[in-house]
Amino acid sequence: MNNLMSGNEAIARGAYEAGVTVAAGYPGTPSTEILENIIQYPGIKAQWSPNEKVALEVGLGAAIAGARALVTMKHVGVNVAADPLFTAAYTGIRGGLVLISADDPGMHSSQNEQDNRYYGKFAKIPVLEPSDSQEAKDFVALGMNISEEFDTPVMLRITTRIAHSQTLVQVSEPIQPVKFDYQKDAQKYVMMPAYARARHLVLEERLKDLADYADTSPCNKIVWGDKSVGVITSGLAYQYVREALPHVSVLKLGIVNPLPAKLIHEFAAQVGTLYIVEELEPFIEEQVQVYGIACQGKYLFSRIGELSAQAIKAAIEPEPTADTLKALCVSPDVPARPPVLCPGCPHRGVFYTLNQLKLVVSGDIGCYTLGSLPPLHAMDTCVCMGYSIGGALGMEKADASMARRMVAVIGDSTFFHSGLTGLLDVVYNHGTITTLILDNRITAMTGQQENPATGKDLMGNPAPAVDLEALVRAIGVQRVQVVNPFDLADLKTVIQTELAALEPSVIIVRHPCVFVDPASPKPPVVVNEACTGCKSCMKLGCPSLIYSDGKVEVDPTLCNGCNLCIKVCRFGAINSTGKEAGN
Amino acid sequence: MDKLTSLLLVGVGGQGTILAARILSQVALLQGLDVKMSEVHGMAQRGGSVVTHVKFGPHVYSPLVERGEADYVVAFEKLEALRWAEYLKPDGTLVVNEQAIYPMPVITGSAVYPQDILARLGQQQIRLVTCDAANLASVCGNRKAANVVLMGILAKQTDIPLATWQTAIEQKVPSRFLDLNQQAFLAGYALPACV
Ligand SMILES: Cc1ncc(C[n+]2csc(CCOP(=O)(O)OP(=O)(O)O)c2C)c(N)n1
Repeated sequence: MNNLMSGNEAIARGAYEAGVTVAAGYPGTPSTEILENIIQYPGIKAQWSPNEKVALEVGLGAAIAGARALVTMKHVGVNVAADPLFTAAYTGIRGGLVLISADDPGMHSSQNEQDNRYYGKFAKIPVLEPSDSQEAKDFVALGMNISEEFDTPVMLRITTRIAHSQTLVQVSEPIQPVKFDYQKDAQKYVMMPAYARARHLVLEERLKDLADYADTSPCNKIVWGDKSVGVITSGLAYQYVREALPHVSVLKLGIVNPLPAKLIHEFAAQVGTLYIVEELEPFIEEQVQVYGIACQGKYLFSRIGELSAQAIKAAIEPEPTADTLKALCVSPDVPARPPVLCPGCPHRGVFYTLNQLKLVVSGDIGCYTLGSLPPLHAMDTCVCMGYSIGGALGMEKADASMARRMVAVIGDSTFFHSGLTGLLDVVYNHGTITTLILDNRITAMTGQQENPATGKDLMGNPAPAVDLEALVRAIGVQRVQVVNPFDLADLKTVIQTELAALEPSVIIVRHPCVFVDPASPKPPVVVNEACTGCKSCMKLGCPSLIYSDGKVEVDPTLCNGCNLCIKVCRFGAINSTGKEAGN
Repeated sequence: MDKLTSLLLVGVGGQGTILAARILSQVALLQGLDVKMSEVHGMAQRGGSVVTHVKFGPHVYSPLVERGEADYVVAFEKLEALRWAEYLKPDGTLVVNEQAIYPMPVITGSAVYPQDILARLGQQQIRLVTCDAANLASVCGNRKAANVVLMGILAKQTDIPLATWQTAIEQKVPSRFLDLNQQAFLAGYALPACV
């Protein structure tokens, strides 16, 4: 039967069909829905790990124990997991291990657009690249087979458009769950120098075998057309090429590391002009150049952002386009519509207060990164998950006075991911900074996933909830406060007090996200005639407050009744329509 | 139907473009066509500008609709109509819900919400259909069904049989909302073909 499935749904299905029994990951757009979908299939133990490094270690351990394991993460997650990844290439596996790297060309939801195909070459592992949901599904099983046949982890690299495009998929019946016996083999799995040296030789030999495999793998295929133009491509770029240049010859690579050198030579010899079409970096092209094959490639296309069928057409077969584009250019001055903190978001009051106090804010990644946008405008840095605390400590080391006018701000999930070690560093290395942990009881940014503090696991089972206060106390922070972000006065006082303290402090700002708060939405607020149009409430950056004709109005369909605006209005011009005001 | 049909559904995060796209894809599947549908998740959903691409025909390669290629753009919000209009083919059809949702730069006063959107679109070489979908939906019982009202308006612009749309809605809408959505769809379908 043909089903319309996103690439992520298809990968989940592929794992089920391929006999996977262990799946681990950390949320991150565009990878998150893989594990969210995998839980519908019986026989798979799936989990959110606190971060990608742990997730990969769980997957590797499962594979060494003999199960087939799937590990999922977004592209930057592979940076976090890189340490186990590189050495997993030495140890190899027993049951198959497939790592999904979900790259984000165009940075729809990411802080960079690194091309993780390079990880395949760097870590010396095979990399598969699907071009639609059918292949995304099928390549999981293929990846498992390659993994077991060659005794290596395999990377399945997808991009946002593969992950989030729905295309037709023919599903199959699952095979029996795969489980090999565990076998102790210290020379293979204990990577100390003497054993690792031997494993490096194995790894290099394996790469040669993989290169031979790539030359004959059915996942690389040639679509013959007009031979005066030949294109080598992979992933979604293949679809763009077929759309833009339906008549040319195409070598579509399903395995992009190692490259099928022989096949590429054969293809190149039979076509006139050879083009390499790839999104982001010239990963294939650089290697084809080294083969000494003349080809055209990246200089024709940008290495920034997403590729498109039109860009390919314009570069390879330019034709005078009709003047339709110009004709329909009706929108020179369309205001941008950036994402915003939701109405009722517990982060809003925090950034409103930080803005009022004019503090330096060492920021982090999550919904709260939106606190950097006007009018809240209260974030100075955002680099990677966990940066905020280490970064703030570094600022204090550079200029001790900054510790009195700076906070580190980090979400609950991000704190468990990689903030804990930063805080340990603050305590250990005599830092005195103030850290705000924004505990909204969920991993919100990526669509509300459970985390070690929420009391539930990915499968929906109850799970131990970490005691955040006890945790930060245990690593040596003695000043720990818990505040409600809707109590603006208290929040402000606590931040001021903790900033003044000459020792590390943690303020746990606790209120559930509107999507998990059982009390939300509350009745909307209304503006009365006392409104002077002073716009104080507009500084909250709430999308349900609209300023028009010298007064503020509330959009009742958007307002969540958090009542924050009631608290900042000095004229008593905003009322709750609910029974009790306040939070 | 041997040609490729390309559509964009554009709006603001939370307006229900995704359900609409699911219905639309189902309509294509019911006709035995190949379909690709591409949507945005993550950051952009937090009240940002969202776009869903739907393409169907005998065979679809790229899942994305590019500038100047869309047969139809369905805008769930006026400003988004203006933003995405250039994705239309000349003579393409633009369905616009007259609702205005102010983006944050307008709310903070650093940008101005254009007041002449419909007039500007009206001057283009396109077929323009406008409506107050939220109002029509609330007459049917819930403003939130505005997305399906827009599908009704779109359906009227295509030559796909009404019954196919209704079956698709039946298959994609949870049963407890089915009556509301069938009504909302018909309310849209009943609007005059072109304004
Ligand atoms: C290494 C890495 N993994 C995953 C992500 C994706 N990501 C960004 S923020 C975030 C979690 C945010 O959760 P939390 O800290 O609880 O803040 P909230 O969004 O709930 O405010 C995730 C998973 C990322 N940017 N980098």
